[in-house]
Amino acid sequence: TILRYSSQAGKCIDKVLIANRGEIACRVMRTAKKMGVQSVAVYSEADRNSMHVSLADEAYLIGPAASQQSYLAMDKILQVARRSGAQAIHPGYGFLSENTEFAELCKKDGIIFIGPPSSAIRDMGIKSTSKAIMSAAGVPIIEGYHGDDQSDQHLKEQAQRIGYPVMIKAVRGGGGKGMRIARSEEEFFEQLESARREAKKSFNDDVMLIEKFVDNPRHVEVQVFGDQHGNAVYLFERDCSVQRRHQKIIEEAPGPGISPEVRKKLGEAAVRAAKAVHYVGAGTVEFIMDPQQNFYFMEMNTRLQVEHPVTEMITGTDLVEWQLRVAAGEKIPLNQDEINLQGHAFEARIYAEDPDNNFMPGAGPLLHLSTPPADPFTRIETGVKQGDEVSVHYDPMIAKLVVWAEDRQAALRKLKYSLHQYNIVGLSTNIDFLLSLSDHPAFEAGDVHTNFIPQHHNELFPPKQETSGEMLCQAALGLILKEKVLSNEFNLQSGELYTPFTSNSGRRMNLLYTRNLTLLDCEKKVEMRINYNHDESFEMHIQDKVWKVSGELFNEGDVTYLKCSVDGTVCKSKLVILDGTIHLFSMERSAQLGIPTPKFLSGVSTTVSQGGAVAPMTGTIEKVFVKVGDKVKAGDPLMVMIAMKMEHTIRAPKSGTIKKIYFLEGTQANRHAPLVELEEEEAESE
Amino acid sequence: WGPLRAGIAGSLRRLYHGDKVGSIGSRPDCSSPVYQESYENMKALVTDLKEKAETIRMGGGGKARTLHESRGKLLPRERIDRLLDPGSAFLEFSQLAGYQLYGNEDVPAGGIITGIGRISGIECIIVANDATVKGGTYFPITVKKHLRAQEIAMQNHLPCVYLVDSGGANLPRQADVFPDRDHFGRIFYNQARMSSKGISQIAVVMGSCTAGGAYVPALADESIIVKKQGTIFLGGPPLVKAATGEEVSAEELGGADLHCRKSGVTDHYALDDHHALHLARKVVRDLNYKKKLDVTIEKPEEPLFPADELYGIVGTNLKKNFDVREVIARIVDGSKFDEFKALYGDTLVTGFSRIFGYPVGIIGNNGVLFSESAKKAAHFIQLCCQRNIPLLFLQNITGFMVGREYEAGGIAKDGAKMVTAVACANVPKITVVIGGSYGAGNYGMCGKAYSPRFLYMWPNARISVMGGEQAATVLATIAKDRKAREGKTFSEMEEAALKEPIIKRFEEEGNPYYASARLWDDGIIDPADTRLVVALSLSAALNAPTEKTQFGVFRM
Repeated sequence: TILRYSSQAGKCIDKVLIANRGEIACRVMRTAKKMGVQSVAVYSEADRNSMHVSLADEAYLIGPAASQQSYLAMDKILQVARRSGAQAIHPGYGFLSENTEFAELCKKDGIIFIGPPSSAIRDMGIKSTSKAIMSAAGVPIIEGYHGDDQSDQHLKEQAQRIGYPVMIKAVRGGGGKGMRIARSEEEFFEQLESARREAKKSFNDDVMLIEKFVDNPRHVEVQVFGDQHGNAVYLFERDCSVQRRHQKIIEEAPGPGISPEVRKKLGEAAVRAAKAVHYVGAGTVEFIMDPQQNFYFMEMNTRLQVEHPVTEMITGTDLVEWQLRVAAGEKIPLNQDEINLQGHAFEARIYAEDPDNNFMPGAGPLLHLSTPPADPFTRIETGVKQGDEVSVHYDPMIAKLVVWAEDRQAALRKLKYSLHQYNIVGLSTNIDFLLSLSDHPAFEAGDVHTNFIPQHHNELFPPKQETSGEMLCQAALGLILKEKVLSNEFNLQSGELYTPFTSNSGRRMNLLYTRNLTLLDCEKKVEMRINYNHDESFEMHIQDKVWKVSGELFNEGDVTYLKCSVDGTVCKSKLVILDGTIHLFSMERSAQLGIPTPKFLSGVSTTVSQGGAVAPMTGTIEKVFVKVGDKVKAGDPLMVMIAMKMEHTIRAPKSGTIKKIYFLEGTQANRHAPLVELEEEEAESE
Repeated sequence: WGPLRAGIAGSLRRLYHGDKVGSIGSRPDCSSPVYQESYENMKALVTDLKEKAETIRMGGGGKARTLHESRGKLLPRERIDRLLDPGSAFLEFSQLAGYQLYGNEDVPAGGIITGIGRISGIECIIVANDATVKGGTYFPITVKKHLRAQEIAMQNHLPCVYLVDSGGANLPRQADVFPDRDHFGRIFYNQARMSSKGISQIAVVMGSCTAGGAYVPALADESIIVKKQGTIFLGGPPLVKAATGEEVSAEELGGADLHCRKSGVTDHYALDDHHALHLARKVVRDLNYKKKLDVTIEKPEEPLFPADELYGIVGTNLKKNFDVREVIARIVDGSKFDEFKALYGDTLVTGFSRIFGYPVGIIGNNGVLFSESAKKAAHFIQLCCQRNIPLLFLQNITGFMVGREYEAGGIAKDGAKMVTAVACANVPKITVVIGGSYGAGNYGMCGKAYSPRFLYMWPNARISVMGGEQAATVLATIAKDRKAREGKTFSEMEEAALKEPIIKRFEEEGNPYYASARLWDDGIIDPADTRLVVALSLSAALNAPTEKTQFGVFRM
C-alpha cells in the first residue's frame, strides 16, 4: 500500500478527501460516487448536520466554525487525510484551493493535491509575474505602468505608450477613490492632478499607476485543462460580465455574440497561457473584452470555478471526473477537436443577500426551500436543504441553478421558468432580482458588460408595487384553507374525525358569515371583508371591489400549493405561511403579506420582543453600550453586532429602561433573537 | 385529507359488498305546478326569515353601534367571531327572541346572543350581551334566553363563556325579571351548580357588570376583564353616593386594575377586547377537556338529493300531505334509512340513519297517530335507549286519532306508552317541527315540555293545542248548543263572526315567530339547513355522557 500513497505515475485514487463544504463539496462527492471513489468529508462544528457530511462516505470533525480553525487548518485536514487513508485532496474553490503552501504540504505528505503544481499557483497568484509570463507567451495583456518614476512627464509618456483611454489609479487606492480616466492626451494632467489630490486626502499617498482603460468591458473567461503529459485544451468561454459588489451573479456559456473566430482566438490564447506555466488540471483564464471584442489577459484562476457547470453543460463533460483522472496521472480524456460546443447554458447564483440594500450579505434559517425539479438539463447545485441555516461563518451562496437548452433564447426562458420555482422563506435572497435581471431586454439581447447593473439600475430595481386585489384574495384564501387544515389536524389528533363544526366553514344560522380580515402589504394595512358562502366559495371585498374566490390546497412532495379561482381565473401558486407572513409564489409573481400581530402580543408587559431591538441577522455581539437600569431614548445605540463581516448598530426601538440584556460581548445571537428587554416608559400611564 | 380518514379506528364503515343498503327518496316532479307553487311559497318564507335575521344581526342599530365602536369595543357578533376558532360554525339559538314581544320596544335577539361554537377545539356555550340593545339590560326574555343557554350547557355538559357587557336588570320590568325561580338569580344559581358539576364557567368582562351582574365574573371559575372598559361592582357610583356620600369613579370603584390587583375578583387583565378574547381562548385551551364520544361514528356522506327540494316537497300548506321519508332522504347521510317496522303502524315512520356520521333514530309523522303507531314509537324509543342512539323527531302531527272505535281500542293508553317512552328517554332528543304540532301529538313527538335537548321550527310550522278551525268549530258548536238550549237560533253569520277572531288568534299564536319570540323553541331554521343544524346539535349533545334510561310503568 506504500505505493498507493506515492505521487508517482501509476497512482490510483480510490478515496478522496474533500477539503471544502457546501455545494462544491457535494458536487465533488457526486462525481466521486459515480466513479466508485470513496469520499471523505471534513466539517466544522457549524456544519455538523450539513448535506456534505451526510453525502460523504466518511466525515471528520476538524474544529470550530471559524474557517481559520477548520476549513483553513491545513494540519488538521492533512491529519484526516492520513487517518482516513485518502490518496488525494480535492480543495474545491475558495479556502485552500489556491494556497501554495498547502499544495506543497500535500506533496510532502505524499498526498495528491487535485490542482496545478504549486509553482503554477504561485506564478499566477502574483499579478505582475503572471502578466509578464503571459506577455512573453504572446497572450494579449492590459498594458500598464507600475514604476517608481512618478514625474508628470514620465507618467504621460507611459500613457502614450499604453494608448488612450487610460486609467490613472492610486496604488493604495480602493473603492474607486483616487481613480480617474483620461480619454485623451489633452486631459491627462488634469485627471492626474485630481486623482492625486483625492488619493492624498484619502490614503495620504499619491503614488499612481497607469493602466489601459477598457470602456464598458465584458468579463470573459476560458476554461482550460492541462495534464501531466504536457497537454492542454480549452473548453470554450464563459461570460460572467454581470456582477455586483465585484462578484459574479449570473454566468453563461458560450459568451453571447462572440464569433467563432474570436472564440478560437480566445481558446488558443488561454491554452498558450496554461502551457506557459505547465498547467495541470482545471483552470480558468480570465480576460476583459472591449466592445470590439479585443480581449486582454487579466488573471488565471488555478482552481475549479464556481461557474464550471455551464461549461460542462455545453461540452457534455464532467470536469470533476477529469480532475480526478488527470490527478491520477491520466491524459486529458478528449483532444481539442473532440470537444464540441453544443447549445447554451446559464447559471444563476442564489445568494442570501438583500439586493435592495446594496446586496448586503445575509444569513439565517431556510424555513422553507423548494426548488424546480432537477433533470438532465436543469441542475440544482446546492449544499443546503429546508431547515438548514445559512451560516454567518461562510459564503452566503445558497445554490446555483444551472439550465441548458438548444440556444440562448430557449435557455434563458428555461432559466426564468426555473427561477420562479425556486422559492425560499426565512431570509432575503436575490431570486427576485435574478428574475428582473434575466427579464431585462438588454440582457435578453446579450448586451452584457460589467457595468450592467448600475447602468440599468432603475429597471432592475422597480419601485415596490402594491399587491393586486387578486393576489390579496389568494393570500386570504390560502390563510382560510390553512386554518382548515389545522382544524383537521386537531380533529385527527383529538379523535373526533368528522365534526360539523369545522367541516362547514363559518356557518351561521340564517346569516352569511362575514369575516373581517386585515393583511399587511408592506406597511400598509389592507382591510378585507370576506363572506363565507355555503358552497365553500368566498366573496371578498376590498373597499368597493368584490371578487368571487374559491380553491383548494394540495401537496406535491413537501410543498403546499394553492389552486385558486378568482373571478373564474384559475392560478396555481406555492403557499407558505410562516412567522405571521403569507408567502405566495407563482409563475407570474411572488407576494408576501403579513398577518398583523395583535397589539397585546407585541405588548411590552407580557413578552420580550419589542419590534426592533432584535438581531437583524445572525451574528456576534461585538460591543454592548448599555447596562441594566439605563434609561435610553428611541434611536440610542444599544449594541454593535458583527455579521457577514459588517458592523450593525442596534438601536433602541423606543424610549424606556433597560430591564435585561440577553447577550454578552462576544456571544452569538441568532436572527430575530431579542437582544435586550426594554420597559417602555409609558407602559403604565399609556 | 379524504382518503386519510378511511380506516381510522372509530370510523369503520362496516360495509362489505353484500351489506350495501338502498337509499330512500325519489326525484320530485319539478315541473308540476303544485311543486313549483310549494317551492315558491316556502322560498318566500325562508327569504323573509333571512331578512328578519339580517335586521336582528344589526342589534341596536346605527347610532348605538357607532357609539359602541367609538369606545374601542367590538360589536357582540364580532366578539363571538373572534372568540371562535377560525372557520368554526356557530349554532346560534333563538335569534327571534323578543320579536314583537314588547310592543314599541324593540329588543333584537332579546338583547343577548347565545349559541354553540368551537373555541380552541372545544364546543362551548357562548352567552354575549349586546350592549347596543337597551344598554345590554335584562328584559324578561333576556333572562329566559340566558337561562335557556345555561340549560343547554347543563344538559350537554358544555363549558360556558359569558361575554358580559350589561347594565343589569331592566329596572322598569324588575317584577318580571327579579323575584321568581326562573328569573335573574337563577343565572348565578346555574353558574354555581354547573361549576360543581365540572362544567367550566368563564366570564369575560367587556363592559359593565353591575349589582347582581357582578356575580357573573365572581362566580366564574376564571374571569377576564378589559382595562378601562370592564367594571364590576355591587353598587355603581350613583348608588354609592346615595348610600354613603362617597364620590368615586366607575373605574376606581370596579375597574380592571382594582379587580386584578386588589380585590382578586378577576384573574386576567386584558388590554382590549381582542386581548380579552385571546385570553378566553387560552383559558378554554387550558381546561384539559376532552369530548368522549360513546357512539360509533361513520364517515359522513352527503344526502343524494338537494336540500332545497324540501321547499317544493313540503310547501306551506299544512293540509297537503307529503311522505316524511322524502324529508329524511334530504337530511341523512347518503339518504340511507334502515326502516323499522315499515309495514306496521305506518302513519309513523321509524328507523335508523346517520347524520354527519352520528347515529340517529328517526321518528317522523306520516299522518295521524293510531294505537299501532304509538306502540311502534314506544318500541323504537326503547331500542334507541338500549343502544344509546340519539333520537330525532320530525314533527308534523295533527294529533291522536279520535272516535269511539279508537277510544275503545285504548288509544289513550297506547298514546301514554309513547309519551312515557319519550318522557323517560335519556338519550339526546332533538325535535324539528316541520309542519303542524297540535294537541297530544306535540307531547308524543317530544314537544318542548318533554325537554328535547334542542327544538327547532321550520318557518311553515304551526303550533297550538289544536288547529284554529277545529278550535273555532268546537267553540261554535258549544255556542250553538247553548243557543239551542235557550231556544235561540245561531245564524251562519253569527257563527262566522264567532269563528273568525278565533281562527285569526290561533293563526297568530300558532305562528313560529310568535313561538320563537317567547323561546318555545331554540330557533326558526331554513329547512335546507336542517341537516347541518341537527348535526351541530348532535355533536354538541354528545359532549354529555348519556345516562341509562329507566322507563316508567307502561300501561299495558
